[in-house]
Amino acid sequence: MGITLRLAWRNIWRHPRRTFLTASAIAFAVAILLFMVTLQLGSYDMMIDSSLRLYHGHLQVQPEGYLDKPRIRNTISDARALGSHIRKLVGSSSVSVRAMSAALASSRVRSYGVQVIGVETDYEGKVSTIPGLVKRGRFLSSDDAAEAIIGHVLARNLKVDIGGEITLLGTGMDGSVAATVAPVVGIFESGSAELDRHLVQLPLGAFQDVFSMRDRAHTIVVLGDSLDELEILMGAVRAGLPPESRLAVLSWEALVPGLKQAIQADWISGWFLYACLIMIVTFSIMNTFLMSVLERTREFGIMLALGAKPVSIGALIMLESTWLTLLGVAVGMTVGIAIVVYFHTYGFTYPGMEELMAFYNLPGVIKPEISTLSLTLGPAVVLLATCAAALYPALRIRLLKPVEAMRAV
Amino acid sequence: MEQTVVCRKLSKTYKQDAIAVHALSDVDVDVAEGDFVCLSGPSGSGKTTLLNLIGGLDRPTSGEITVAGRRVDLMSQAELATMRLMHLGFVFQAYNLIPVLTAVENVEFVMQLQGIDRKERRARARAILREVGLEGLENRRPAELSGGQQQRVAVARAIVSGPSLVLADEPTANLDSINGEMLLELMRKMNEEHGATFIVATHEQLVMDHAKRLIGLHDGRIVSDELQR
Repeated sequence: MGITLRLAWRNIWRHPRRTFLTASAIAFAVAILLFMVTLQLGSYDMMIDSSLRLYHGHLQVQPEGYLDKPRIRNTISDARALGSHIRKLVGSSSVSVRAMSAALASSRVRSYGVQVIGVETDYEGKVSTIPGLVKRGRFLSSDDAAEAIIGHVLARNLKVDIGGEITLLGTGMDGSVAATVAPVVGIFESGSAELDRHLVQLPLGAFQDVFSMRDRAHTIVVLGDSLDELEILMGAVRAGLPPESRLAVLSWEALVPGLKQAIQADWISGWFLYACLIMIVTFSIMNTFLMSVLERTREFGIMLALGAKPVSIGALIMLESTWLTLLGVAVGMTVGIAIVVYFHTYGFTYPGMEELMAFYNLPGVIKPEISTLSLTLGPAVVLLATCAAALYPALRIRLLKPVEAMRAV
Repeated sequence: MEQTVVCRKLSKTYKQDAIAVHALSDVDVDVAEGDFVCLSGPSGSGKTTLLNLIGGLDRPTSGEITVAGRRVDLMSQAELATMRLMHLGFVFQAYNLIPVLTAVENVEFVMQLQGIDRKERRARARAILREVGLEGLENRRPAELSGGQQQRVAVARAIVSGPSLVLADEPTANLDSINGEMLLELMRKMNEEHGATFIVATHEQLVMDHAKRLIGLHDGRIVSDELQR
């Protein structure tokens, strides 16, 4: 180790208590940041997964242009056969065909505009958690049964309950009036206000009859094992589609852009809080280094007199800052990673969380995400901030004049 | 003999609460290579100011200073730093060693700034510490050394890289007479054996007795200049 490195290392131990306190502040900030960032990223994974499992799936096959203009005439021909084909392609049964249209739903006393979805009753539960979220009654029994399930807010608004009937009135694919009366066999609570207020599900066969769709549908929903394999899954589905089919394979990011935006907004607001924490630590370190520089003014004057250039002394201060920060970061990372690994293994929860999440058919614990980014982002930001904090005291050296500095007490 | 230091019409005026204090007025002085010069005079006579100007630690108000053939008064801060590093050695009143470095590391410090490689600087530092009588104490930090020993380390640090000129400001002021005597003998030895020119500012008779040349200052002017022994 060169003299400068040794000098910097020994300088930080001139005041062991001060060094211990400053390094502890850095370690605390690093450990907190590490845990919070990994937990935040882990919660996003859970949020995305839970949200997509509720309704949208990881990807959908749709007719080109349907996403922007969901017209009933823009359809997938022989949709069930294509659904079966995709199931074989991806080697999973988590593929379900849906048809959809807007309609007016009426009970004896009220009417509301709704989104009617025709679902494959055997497969819908494999791509969506809604069948499992039927809190009263049951899910749809078969593809041709004339029955419906509705969200609990819609049930309340229409003042219907299990066994009651709703009338659906819309426009068929051929332009005819589509009308049916369906008994309500189940009421679900998805936790999504939008779905609970506007969604009506019918069996796919019944929907196709009512809306004159014949064998057609609007979308094929695919749910993979994990989002990490999304690109591979999309590639496989895309490659397996009939040529010139004019179908688009859309990822969840295209289907639910709001979800990504919400995550981005949450990420930014989270970092606002972290920035406050980092600033507090940074100012505390800046204070430590300013004190350290001021009390060594005479010594720096001697160094300047001996021929050291201000830049060399500034570099020495930066080196001291780096030693101190590395010390704090090392301790903080050790503690932080131990906490993250523990919660990654056993999951993070708080009183009441499991019950709340179970109500929405979601996992009751959050697992912090362990990745290179999640484990290094926080410590790297602290490292940069603390080095920046030492920059000001280091630059002040330029103002020192040897004779005046040597007179300092 | 060549002149290591040449000062011409050197003046330095400080401002203290809007009052001009003439620390040096039109000083002309030459110091020959290998000389051992003592600047003597009472407090406020201008000894330290003259030393600081010659060492490039301060700038003159007017006049010229040439050290080892270079015009110090015309140099930039960076050039002054380089000159101090490569051509000058300093010994201060209060030892002024770096407290967290050992004796040998303190001596090595200047050589590291000069870019001398680790092996060579370690060997030279140990050799000079042996020469100043500190063998066996190389790894002690300043706080573990007596005042006299610390000042010997400071002399070793000043002399180790073979400077043209060593400037010492009241080097014996914090030492008892025995240690002061030992230090002065050491400095004379360094002057004679290493050929370094010494300029020592002092008001102590002991130091004046060891000088080859004695320059007296009073109120910022040279009032006497005599050769001794």
